[in-house]
Amino acid sequence: MGSYVPNTQEERQAMLEAAGYASMDDLFRDIPEEVKLKGGLNIPEGLSELEVKRKMQSIAAKNKVFPTIFRGAGAYRHYIPAVVGSVTSKENLQTAYTPYQAEISQGILQSIFEYQTMICDLTGMDVSNASVYDGAEAAAEGVAMCRERKRGRACISAAVLPSILETVKTYCFGNGMELEVIPEKDGVTDVEWLKAHLDKETACVLIQHPNYYGNLEPAKEIGEAVHQAGAKFIMSVNPISLGILKTPAEYGADVAVGEGQPLGLPLAFGGPYLGFMAATRAMMRKLPGRIVGQTKDRNGKTGYVLTLQAREQHIRREKASSNICSNQALCALAVGVYLTAMGNEGLERAASSCLSKAHYFAKRLGEAGFELENRGGFFHEFVTVSEKESGRALQALEEHGILGGLPLDDHRILWCCTEMNTKEEMDEAVRILKEV
Amino acid sequence: MLVFEKSRPGRGCPALPPCDVETVSLPAGDRRGKELHLPALSEVEISRHYTELARKTHGVNDGFYPLGSCTMKYNPRVNEAVASLPGFTEIHPLQGEDTVQGCMEVLHLAEKYLCEITGMDRMTFQPAAGAHGEFTGLLLIKAYHESRKDGKRTKILVPDSAHGTNPASAAMAGYSVVTIPSNAEGCVDIGKLREAAGDDVAGLMLTNPNTVGLFDKNILEITDIVHKCGGLCYYDGANLNAVMGTVRPGDMGFDVVHLNLHKTFSTPHGGGGPGSGPVGCRELLTDFLPSVLVTGEDCCRFERPSRSIGEMKSFYGNFLVVVRALTYILTLGREGIREASQNAVLNANYMRCALKDLYTMAYDETCMHEFVMSLADLKKGTGISAMDIAKGLLDNGIHPPTMYFPLIVEEALMVEPTETESKETLDDAIQVFRSLYELAKTDPEKLHEAPVTTPVTRLDEVEAARHPVLTYDFGAEGEA
Repeated sequence: MGSYVPNTQEERQAMLEAAGYASMDDLFRDIPEEVKLKGGLNIPEGLSELEVKRKMQSIAAKNKVFPTIFRGAGAYRHYIPAVVGSVTSKENLQTAYTPYQAEISQGILQSIFEYQTMICDLTGMDVSNASVYDGAEAAAEGVAMCRERKRGRACISAAVLPSILETVKTYCFGNGMELEVIPEKDGVTDVEWLKAHLDKETACVLIQHPNYYGNLEPAKEIGEAVHQAGAKFIMSVNPISLGILKTPAEYGADVAVGEGQPLGLPLAFGGPYLGFMAATRAMMRKLPGRIVGQTKDRNGKTGYVLTLQAREQHIRREKASSNICSNQALCALAVGVYLTAMGNEGLERAASSCLSKAHYFAKRLGEAGFELENRGGFFHEFVTVSEKESGRALQALEEHGILGGLPLDDHRILWCCTEMNTKEEMDEAVRILKEV
Repeated sequence: MLVFEKSRPGRGCPALPPCDVETVSLPAGDRRGKELHLPALSEVEISRHYTELARKTHGVNDGFYPLGSCTMKYNPRVNEAVASLPGFTEIHPLQGEDTVQGCMEVLHLAEKYLCEITGMDRMTFQPAAGAHGEFTGLLLIKAYHESRKDGKRTKILVPDSAHGTNPASAAMAGYSVVTIPSNAEGCVDIGKLREAAGDDVAGLMLTNPNTVGLFDKNILEITDIVHKCGGLCYYDGANLNAVMGTVRPGDMGFDVVHLNLHKTFSTPHGGGGPGSGPVGCRELLTDFLPSVLVTGEDCCRFERPSRSIGEMKSFYGNFLVVVRALTYILTLGREGIREASQNAVLNANYMRCALKDLYTMAYDETCMHEFVMSLADLKKGTGISAMDIAKGLLDNGIHPPTMYFPLIVEEALMVEPTETESKETLDDAIQVFRSLYELAKTDPEKLHEAPVTTPVTRLDEVEAARHPVLTYDFGAEGEA
């Protein structure tokens, strides 16, 4: 059996005696007998490190690692510079708790301050928190923070990632906000429908840009309509796209949220990822979660602390802006390292490669009988329609070690390209699909 | 120095090749107009920058970390090695089920073992942290009452000693919070609980052992009172590290439980996350669980509970954290799990008994995995507060206990040594605590000045909140 208890049996006995206990069981004498577990836990005997490693390796081997991936839909395979993993595996940073004791947590605090700065730089917004759980949860928190006493209805585009819509729904089931889904038209949010449904009870409108189908939304027009109705405009954005795409701030967003996973985190079967959240200065005190601020110590030296804590659960309890306590700090650290390693040019190149490759692939897929469903602009995802059955097409790709796009139905597929996809891979996929 | 201040235009680390297809541009109206200010640094500068940040951070590996309620136990390295296997890290969450059988087996095994440890029937791993788990559990309770058309249950009972997340989660779930006072022994006041228990109560949230480190002996009566009034019992698993293998929340009468894998099951805290807050429940709530569950022994399938509350976030939770926790459970096994809890309790009582002649114990009796001291008397006598003692610990390489919590104890310091600390570490810490007490009596001024050996001294938090500076100002440099 493995164990991480350092003390020997003799030492344990000596400690028990020093504290005045006869045995380990004696320590638990306050627990009523009738509630105690009889007969021990029904789980296997412990294992040595070598045995555990072998067992977990054998479990991991039951998964299929695809060398080529054309699937996104909320989780994206990008190149992660080696320095990212090297930093996030530094034990001090990895094993520390939330930085309550600022004097011995300056490293973590500074990394969060830098992360906040980078998220604001990417999105153009004024303030960022230190991360929430993921992109979908960030959207739900974003909706909740826009609620006002007389404005209790949220409008959310049907063209957002399904898990965003579902998560917002769940949060609204909790807090009682009313939710209205804006239908989609031609692969984007139906602006005319939205305009007809905005009123003085609308708290906010949430769109995703580029949306679930990869399409660029008429974000500027939507933002203007939302503001005319006196509501808040929330945009869920892909952070890689912000290397070249207009910022949420430039579109007029009050709150920008998104999935941070593309910025240096592996696919990892869906997590851990992180949700980023940024807002205008006017919305600062409504942001949920940790926020780090700069200040001075007693000697006038610059330092960093958790700040604006009057919003938080450990101070405000049931009146807090959110219940969040643990966030995704180590993932935020990874994002900071990733963006530092990429720099302006690296991020622009990643974004531009995504855009260009997706357009190249979309064009080539047309030759194989998979036509673009929509005519508007798109970033690195797009939907094709084909007479060929989705399942068969994807099966053919899978046999060649290629994870194709996500089947939306029997004839529509949502594809994704990133800088990881080479021209050869795309040409190969097209060759296979032509034969289906 | 901030990474932005180290940036030098022209530097960088070329990570990506040039694009190998024809370059495409975005429509003019959608092109980014705002300049980017990401740092421009060579790899060696990046590496050194973060090495410096690591040096300014105290982790579990730097020394004793008895932060109460947070279970800062050692994070085994084999967990990290397993969690970085490409067979786990390179898996897209939307791959077909037949290609992710390994990931599903991880969820299946973790669910099986954790249900056994907690006495629950099913468990979801979607919640990303403890508070997220609380919110999930409360929504299960809400969905349960709604399914029975029992619409008048609008209240959640929460003891005054509870973690702040409990009332905050209840509010997010649309409930009003009724605070149940603690009795003189630090446990639930049964009389007050009876008074509050009525047909408007949706449930009770409780930690047992509670936040003063005591096991509430009346637990069966407590859960019975709540059940009799038609409410459900929620177990906040923050303190499970005290009782694994000895007593299970399910056997105490709880209907729904959240765990903190980043506390009890040894996964790293990451400077604030990611954690994992799986929620287990008894059969009466399983139909409402969020997202999908894994079923099947030889071939795993995903199945959506019939009346699911929906999604709490995307995908299956913080999966790699679950991988680490499963690795830990497999390593310790049935006996090791129990042994871990026993030693956590032993270490806490050993420290408590070695300090109680000097420090006032808030409740002077056998504690579980943690104990709470009150420095109210010391403060009255010397002016030295819980904060001052905490800062004095920093100069001795020890992370302070949790300060000023629970709220029912004045000048509280909550000490949780965990089982992974050796007797020598505890003996050293005991000596430091004792000498700080002496220092408070003899030279309090010195403690008011602490810490003096850390990268910065005490920081001005008031100023930080009054004039928030939350980002680096690129200012003139950015425009130039």
